[in-house]
Amino acid sequence: MQKSLRTLGVHEKARITSITACGEMGRRLRDMGLVTGTEVEVVGRAPLKDPVALRLRDFTLTLRNNEADCIMIERMEDKS
Amino acid sequence: MNGTTTIALAGNPNSGKTTLFNAITGARQRVGNYPGITVERKEGTINLDDVKINVVDLPGCYSLSAYSQEELVARKVLVDERPDIVVDIVDATRLERHLYLAVQFFELGIPVVLALNMMDEAGKQGVRIDSARLSSLLNCPVVETVARSGQGKQELMRKALDHAKQRGGIWEPLKISYGPDLDVALDYMVEKIEASRFMTNRYPARWVALKYLEADAEVLASGRTLGGPAQELEAIVQRTREHIQKTLNTVPEALIADYRYGLINSILRQDVLSHERTQKERIDVSAKLDSILTNRLLGPAIMFGVLYAMFQITFTVGEIPMGWLESLFGWLGETATAIIPAGLVQSLIVSGIIDGVGGVMGFVPLIGIMFLMISFLEDSGYMARVAYMLDRILRIFGLHGCSAMPFIVSGGIMGGCAVPGVMATRTLRSPKEKLATLITAPFMPCGAKLPVFLLLIAAFFSENEAQIMFLITLFAWTMALLVSKLLRSTIIKGEPTPFIMELPPYRLPTLQGVLIHSWERVWQYIRKAGTVILAVSVLLWAAMTFPGLPVEEAGKFEADRQAIATSAHDQEQQQALIVEIDNLEAQATLKHSVAGRIGSFFEPVSQWAGFDWRTNIALVGGFAAKEVIVSTFGTAYSLGEVDPEDSSSLSSRIAADPAWNKATALALIVFVLLYAPCFVTVVTMAKESSWRWALFSTCFNTALGFGLAVAAYQVGSLLLV
Repeated sequence: MQKSLRTLGVHEKARITSITACGEMGRRLRDMGLVTGTEVEVVGRAPLKDPVALRLRDFTLTLRNNEADCIMIERMEDKS
Repeated sequence: MNGTTTIALAGNPNSGKTTLFNAITGARQRVGNYPGITVERKEGTINLDDVKINVVDLPGCYSLSAYSQEELVARKVLVDERPDIVVDIVDATRLERHLYLAVQFFELGIPVVLALNMMDEAGKQGVRIDSARLSSLLNCPVVETVARSGQGKQELMRKALDHAKQRGGIWEPLKISYGPDLDVALDYMVEKIEASRFMTNRYPARWVALKYLEADAEVLASGRTLGGPAQELEAIVQRTREHIQKTLNTVPEALIADYRYGLINSILRQDVLSHERTQKERIDVSAKLDSILTNRLLGPAIMFGVLYAMFQITFTVGEIPMGWLESLFGWLGETATAIIPAGLVQSLIVSGIIDGVGGVMGFVPLIGIMFLMISFLEDSGYMARVAYMLDRILRIFGLHGCSAMPFIVSGGIMGGCAVPGVMATRTLRSPKEKLATLITAPFMPCGAKLPVFLLLIAAFFSENEAQIMFLITLFAWTMALLVSKLLRSTIIKGEPTPFIMELPPYRLPTLQGVLIHSWERVWQYIRKAGTVILAVSVLLWAAMTFPGLPVEEAGKFEADRQAIATSAHDQEQQQALIVEIDNLEAQATLKHSVAGRIGSFFEPVSQWAGFDWRTNIALVGGFAAKEVIVSTFGTAYSLGEVDPEDSSSLSSRIAADPAWNKATALALIVFVLLYAPCFVTVVTMAKESSWRWALFSTCFNTALGFGLAVAAYQVGSLLLV
């Protein structure tokens, strides 16, 4: 079963399998480097649990939980 | 060599672009706006080897799509002004992400020189980049730079000049393969585009085709107005879209992004990029700081502390130079009084110009210090964390994390200015959240409202100055949030905008950057003082001077003076009585003037909030600029007095006036906080949205302010007096 990025806990890593958002939001997500196959790690959540901070491609990005819902992921085991 | 070479500096936000621009051009910068929109246009001119170079600082952008105004502007400058060369500044520590923009420049075909910036930081993080190899793979010059120290800037400019000369303005678009499905469609579309020269005067044919596949709103719209093969192209895109959806279960724009990142990865993997340490071993200062600064419990506490400290520092430090300026203008007033013979001219210069402008200039140090600190917070990366932490709360009220910035700049921590605050709303994508922020940001206690509060607090609540000021700020935020909620659930309903934002790494801002940044804003304020406020001061002075008292009434005061001069009182008593009569005459003159009549006209209504005719004059003047309120009070209470420059006497005078009490002061504080934004802000609002909304906020805010002021006065009269 596919899970969305919202379900990922802090310090957990995942690989993006698909992005269901289209239009403006989809464009913004892609421009910011969120494309299929990208590895992301949740590095933190704001004090009220939302938005969420992600680490990908050596930089940090934030998005809201309802935006995270558009990003499907598969969990990765922490290899290091 | 003759002629000017134009270099456009481009890059992602937080790539060090502005720092490099400052390092290259120094203080020789020109700041303006792109016509019709509020994105800043920065330019600077330098001379290198007898060549005049015009450097244009493009707005920071992540991509050349039509997502934000900044991206559209960058694109427009490139295709319409066709700079000789683009210097693309990429952060060496985030190469993969930053090359995404570079690849799009290559596809556009414009000559590019890559500046590998922050090489010092990359070295510290154990990131090794083979720039020679990168250069040969990308087929463009690559220069390593450290913008903070200016290292590499000479070489960068030389290479840029050489490359520009070598390419001679020829655009050579890079052709990237987007996989069999898209390539076929692209080739077919390119054929059509070239056959009818569709938009090819601006863009390369393949680029137009790509933008069609990416469903770029701007290109599609201009294509439709041009006609030609537009319809046919859209049909091809539609077919391709359906095909891709069926076979690959994705959309063309996603596929295009995938291939672009794929290309970047394949380049970086060819021994260009290597890490000396693994991810875990790298010392990531930003991540460590974030674990404290955005911690669930500590984060908000620290944020509150930082904001409170900013407000304390602004006041304690700002007071010193403010005092100097006050005495300077006081001295100017005295000197002018001494030199110019008494009469209308003296009155115009001393009461009108020096007092009016002096009152405004007195705030320059305060505003300067406040902007210094805000610039520091912005440049250090902390401001983005504030937006990140506050987003959840602001969203409840129909706002966005990025609304925090306009609120803070407008005076959310005391002493900002709504003009740059309203301008800061342009970072908000959704017009609805932007409007709500725009209309409520002027509620914040801006630097110009502070003197009114300080005056009233000194007169009535002097025992707990800081607490009252803090309460005013809290009240402003409460009102701004509640009113946004009201607006967002009534007249500007709509879905929230995505909060997809970079959290830049923490960096110690450069002194030059912070200074230039704050100077720009202070200069904006001084310019406002020199133009609008000067004109308004003169206008108000005229309104308060003309028409003069009728001859018979003036004669009555003169007769009184004569009577005292010949009376039996001693010299001192005579002097005191004459001053009293002078003041009565001044007051009578003011009441007789145009301004006095307007003030008296509104008195029956404004009385509900406890405002008399003098307050009304000041408030009308305050629409021109809030600073005018205090200077008008000064004039209303001291016009024609011997010493026109003594503001502490003004507060004691108001405190002693029987028409004033704590309830009146409270009502006035509420009203000044909320009523119509100043004229300059209204104009800025109209530029950012439309005149309709600017006028709406003027009327709506005034009505709201008056309603609450009446409530404050009525309740206050019962409880406080």
